[in-house]
Amino acid sequence: MNPHQPHIEIKKEITGGDFSTAGGISSELKNILQQAGLPPQFIRRVVIATYEAEMNVVIHAYRGTFSTSIYPDHVQVVLEDEGPGIPDVDLAFQEGFSTAPAHIREMGFGAGYGLSNMKKCSNQIDIQTQVGKGTKVMMTFWLDPSQVKSSVSV
Amino acid sequence: MTLREIKELLQAEILTGEELLDIEPTSICGSDLLSDVLAFTKEKSLLLTGLTNSQVIRTAEMSDLIGIVFVRGKRPDNATIELATIKKIPLLTTRLPMFESCGRLYQGGARGCSEVK
Ligand SMILES: Nc1ncnc2c1ncn2[C@@H]1O[C@H](COP(=O)(O)OP(=O)(O)OP(=O)(O)O)[C@@H](O)[C@H]1O
Ligand SMILES: [Mg+2]
Repeated sequence: MNPHQPHIEIKKEITGGDFSTAGGISSELKNILQQAGLPPQFIRRVVIATYEAEMNVVIHAYRGTFSTSIYPDHVQVVLEDEGPGIPDVDLAFQEGFSTAPAHIREMGFGAGYGLSNMKKCSNQIDIQTQVGKGTKVMMTFWLDPSQVKSSVSV
Repeated sequence: MTLREIKELLQAEILTGEELLDIEPTSICGSDLLSDVLAFTKEKSLLLTGLTNSQVIRTAEMSDLIGIVFVRGKRPDNATIELATIKKIPLLTTRLPMFESCGRLYQGGARGCSEVK
């Protein structure tokens, strides 16, 4: 099998503000990764990060897409949204920084830990954002993190 | 300490997952902040919380938690209980407030997520 060709590709839509189905895509991804027989610790860090990213689109943006490519040795996830964008990405990564409104905090979100946790759980995270347009979050997860440096850029 | 023993200590009621109560959590965490749970709990932990929305179940699912106790008599809606049933996450509810629930479990020998490897 060609290691540069994804085994499985998934693309789903996310609706901003829809809390009843929020997290459903990360849940589906968890099932797929489990069926693929990947180690539980690896699956855990992937789906914690994608769930945080999925919730950020639901909470902070209007709509988005969630694309996953599963390779034999790594998983790549891209979340692209139409939304307000992030004016200061470095600030957004700081633990405790959040612009989440009161009704979001009442649900248990808005502590400002999402982005830093996504960074911690993934092997690489890149964010492209444009204020007034939207945000694109790209994360890569290596099964064997020692391969990170030798990886080809995509 | 198994979930069944925890249920006794907290005089809790089972909302779903009766058949899953013989598991022992590796640690216990009390929180009303889901991103704290996602960032700091260990897998196979038990969560005590006052939150009852469906994202609590999603958080438990992603973090590989083995159960949730709702404190202060809180009770999620049926759709949320249903989601937990599907995901095989046992749910308990206790009349005790958060502090007293945590106190009883700690006194009973349970430990927190910063105390276990
Ligand atoms: N997709 C996005 N679109 C617009 N703004 C975003 C997006 N993702 C994050 N942000 C901004 O970055 C801030 C920090 O995000 P982060 O995920 O760390 O925390 P949070 O979502 O506010 O709270 P938590 O994730 O702890 O529930 C957010 O409050 C928001 O201002
Ligand atoms: Mg967030």
